[in-house]
Amino acid sequence: MAEPMGFFTDTTVCIGCKACEVACKEWNQLPAANGGVRTLSGDSYDNTRQLDGIHWRHVKFIEQFSADRRQGRWLMMSDVCKHCVHAGCLEVCPTGAIVRTEFDTVDIQSDACNGCRDCIGACPFGVIDINPVSGTAQKCTLCYDRLKGGLEPACAKACPTQSINFGTIVDLKKLAQARLGTLQRAGETRASLYGADEHMLGGLNSFYLLVDRPEVYGLPTDPKIPSRNLKPSAIWSVFGSVALTLMAMVSFRNRGTRDV
Amino acid sequence: MSSTFFTASPHWRWLIVAYFFFGGLAAGSYFLATLLDLFGKDRRLVRLGYLVAFPVVCLCGLLLTADLGRPLRFWHMLVQSETFRPMLKTYSPMSSGAWALLGFGGCAFLSFVAVLVESGWFDWPALRRLSAPSPVGRVVTVIGTFLALYVAGYTGVLLAVSNRPIWADTTLLGVTFLISAVSTSAALLILLGGWGGVTGDSIHALERFDRAVLVLELLVIGALIVSLGRVAMVWLNGWGVLLVAMVLGGIAFPLVIGARPSVRGSLAPVLVLAGGLVLRAVIIFSSDGLR
Repeated sequence: MAEPMGFFTDTTVCIGCKACEVACKEWNQLPAANGGVRTLSGDSYDNTRQLDGIHWRHVKFIEQFSADRRQGRWLMMSDVCKHCVHAGCLEVCPTGAIVRTEFDTVDIQSDACNGCRDCIGACPFGVIDINPVSGTAQKCTLCYDRLKGGLEPACAKACPTQSINFGTIVDLKKLAQARLGTLQRAGETRASLYGADEHMLGGLNSFYLLVDRPEVYGLPTDPKIPSRNLKPSAIWSVFGSVALTLMAMVSFRNRGTRDV
Repeated sequence: MSSTFFTASPHWRWLIVAYFFFGGLAAGSYFLATLLDLFGKDRRLVRLGYLVAFPVVCLCGLLLTADLGRPLRFWHMLVQSETFRPMLKTYSPMSSGAWALLGFGGCAFLSFVAVLVESGWFDWPALRRLSAPSPVGRVVTVIGTFLALYVAGYTGVLLAVSNRPIWADTTLLGVTFLISAVSTSAALLILLGGWGGVTGDSIHALERFDRAVLVLELLVIGALIVSLGRVAMVWLNGWGVLLVAMVLGGIAFPLVIGARPSVRGSLAPVLVLAGGLVLRAVIIFSSDGLR
């Protein structure tokens, strides 16, 4: 197995140019939204709005302004699949279409996926959706095809500010710690890493440097693995089954007209 | 805010609501038929239960296939498309549920054939052994009943084993759907039995049983709402109103009128059936709307 690879996205240097979105769409031949008819969100300069089956990179614009607009800042974050070490999508996929690659990334094999959509609701980050062209669930592959050819993912290649860093997880963690230290020494005390350690789903192979609470960026504070609910749900159902069987035994015992 | 609110909806809509409803009816009818067979005396309701289960489980397969993004790949749930090895993940409710549905469908088919032979629709001596008093028939119905309980409950467990609001914020959806499957199935057998001329003690026993199950369902729905905690606030909208209407119209009212022999009839079972459908629609759609 190759060394685990991933992204470290430093949101503090993102300028919101969306070159990553475009590079991703071009390399992966993703179709335009809405049949190519331009639609505007109407409440933001961001018109992509979300990650889904045809948007595998999405630059979020978080516009923080006071009521009188004297104070304000823009937070920009290029969002993508987190390639979780404990991946909810991979866990629930009933066809085996979702696999872990030799680069420790999570990939959906489109020719095996049958579009059941279980992975969409299992993803703690809302990353996956159906690509209407293929009818299957799709998301960032961390450019598996480019990695096989020794290239870096298209988004990281296109990023003009090195907000998206690609490399081995070991190297990226060192880079992230160094950048965090620099920012904190410079007085940016709000800076923190999101998903860089194994406490979050065993570690996110795509992790972030943020300068506000995760919720502000649309990221869950405490993402969880879907199977946490499996055992208690199953146990309650077994109790229910036993109760119903006992109730039926008592209710039906020797009841009824004898009939052939 | 619960971390489940940062996720995307799988767009499971009416086809899945219908599958949850009819899957519950097929499984519940089979369960009741076996229990009536083992402990009751009236074979007419037993035959009715097995006659209902098989056609309804076939409908379930069609609903699930139609809901797929790539319907022709439905078999990928059971067989790996590249290696043709069996595809089973015990820790994925959808994977284990697909196998349970297949196994239950097989048992439902055998029990269905046994009823046709027993009723004299056709006679093939080898098939007589499928009828319940014979060891083969008994083994089929007992295995089928375990699988039926699995099919009735796994749908709720499947919703819980996700990261979606409401679904993953409680661990009681499996048992809720299971109990609702049995209460709606009892209502269906009461309704169909009544039309088929089954009367007297047999139906009364089923009615008493259904009322007991409805009381249990009421308690479990209460526990479900409590277990959701603050997340239950998302039901302060039309879906919550519909859920209250379901509890009043689909559980409480049938309990009240069912207790009075003078007003017995089709109304109570029809309301229980409608309540089961509304319950599933509320659970699915109220979460679907939250991105």
